[in-house]
Amino acid sequence: MTPKIVFDNVTRRFDLKDGSFLALDRFSLDVADGEFVTVVGPSGCGKSTALNIAAGLLKASGGEVTVDGKPVEGPGPERGMIFQQYALFPWLSVRDNVEFGLRVKGEPPARRREIAERFIDLVGLGQFADALPKTLSGGMKQRCAIARAYAVDPVILLMDEPFGALDALTRVQLQDQLLETWSRERRTVMFITHDVDEAVYLANRVVVMAAGPGRLQEIIEVDLPYPRTEEIRLSPEFTAIRNRVWHAVYHQQPAQSHG
Amino acid sequence: MSAVSVKPRTASSGKADRRTMDFASLGLNVAGVVAGVAIWWSLTGSGVVGLPRPPEVLSRFIELLGNGQLLRDTAASLARVLTGFLLGVLLAIPVGFAMGWYKVARALVEPYLQFFRMIPPLAIIPLAIVTMGIEETPKIFVIFLASFLASVVATYQGVISVDRTMINAARVLGAKDFTIFRRVVVPASTPFILVGVRIGLGSAWATVVAAELIAAQSGLGYRMQQAQLYYDLPTIFVSLFAIGILGLTMDRMLQAVERRLTIWQERI
Ligand SMILES: Nc1ncnc2c1ncn2[C@@H]1O[C@H](COP(=O)(O)OP(=O)(O)OP(=O)(O)O)[C@@H](O)[C@H]1O
Ligand SMILES: [Mg+2]
Repeated sequence: MTPKIVFDNVTRRFDLKDGSFLALDRFSLDVADGEFVTVVGPSGCGKSTALNIAAGLLKASGGEVTVDGKPVEGPGPERGMIFQQYALFPWLSVRDNVEFGLRVKGEPPARRREIAERFIDLVGLGQFADALPKTLSGGMKQRCAIARAYAVDPVILLMDEPFGALDALTRVQLQDQLLETWSRERRTVMFITHDVDEAVYLANRVVVMAAGPGRLQEIIEVDLPYPRTEEIRLSPEFTAIRNRVWHAVYHQQPAQSHG
Repeated sequence: MSAVSVKPRTASSGKADRRTMDFASLGLNVAGVVAGVAIWWSLTGSGVVGLPRPPEVLSRFIELLGNGQLLRDTAASLARVLTGFLLGVLLAIPVGFAMGWYKVARALVEPYLQFFRMIPPLAIIPLAIVTMGIEETPKIFVIFLASFLASVVATYQGVISVDRTMINAARVLGAKDFTIFRRVVVPASTPFILVGVRIGLGSAWATVVAAELIAAQSGLGYRMQQAQLYYDLPTIFVSLFAIGILGLTMDRMLQAVERRLTIWQERI
């Protein structure tokens, strides 16, 4: 089977006043259709850079990202993105936020409403459909953002530390909910996190990146069955994988000399 | 009047809470005003200060109201303020948006804006009178300029401070430039624009009186100018109160509009 997303030697330099900075160095990765991949690595190792290039929000300096064989040239609704800062439109109700992408697509009102309703219910915000974002908790805001991304029916979900700003309990609840949603509405997911436990709990594979310059360090298979449960989280197998990822992230060799 | 708070307002926790707060502060407001009038009265009553006493001002107010002069003057000033202010704001909003959205527009307009911002609108009056005569046009023009300059900067600030992530969120949902502009940039910068509009209204009021002081046959500023010639302090007081109260009323009305339009904002 051909992979859904292909990062082919993706490189990104940022121009600085004095020369340029290599944020991502020849990053290559294949993500299979329907796969859940998490990305971990020290701060500044180019995780967001890689994700933004896949989203089409940032251009690669070298190499390319292809989705279904087509090179990414800009943002598009087939690649949904979820941000750490939620990025809801604060002047719109939950429903109107979720309908935003459908309105852009030109869906008729009745159909918009129907689809929005479905995804608002799916993330458990049914009672808050008419609430403004300012009245929601952080976890509810992120659920709204997830419903908004799902509503336009993307084939890929790109998530940049979506639960990073949430407390530990809410985070675990949203992890379960995300997996539940993912199992019912299967999409290819690329999920960035700082949290090694989260990375292992969610993923088919954990991609570990290294900094200076940002690059791929190691890919670790998570050979645990879905649905993931608390039992799995507490199992010795989980702990073993978690320790491997931990080691790969926190005991990285310094990079070979590089500009 | 021109001192408009740019900072977001603080909200109190609940509705009932807010109501008691409102009553308490309203009581203090009234007490403050009463105390002020009392001090005014006691100072002027003893004849120490050469100012009119409250009853004199009140009777002049009734007289001017009765013979229709106050209303005529108010209407004249108000018409100028509103015309100049509306023209200024109507032009400022598209120009501010264009500057925020298109680098070319910004580069073209910015030097003029920065330059004219440094010139007090009142300094334009002599030029305006010479080139536009002493009819309504120069006065309205000066007010227009004052409110335009005040609101164009706020609009522009609003557009450039729209959260990048929000724009990116719209882009990944498939929105193109025009949709982003209409559905994200415009609503997101509304709070800024409204602050600019309020500042613009403040400058409009500040300018109208001065414009009328220099060349006019009607208006509250003109009335004060005349009263000054005859050492008619009560009339000056009545005019000043009229200006203050009108300005305050309009500002409060704008504030109410602002509250309605920005109800979605998170207030700290
Ligand atoms: N616009 C930019 N201009 C210059 N340098 C940038 C820019 N964006 C990112 N960088 C640099 O590129 C590197 C990678 O940034 P990136 O945001 O991808 O890191 P990250 O892995 O997502 O980090 P974090 O975990 O802290 O979010 C960082 O060192 C950062 O300073
Ligand atoms: Mg990042």
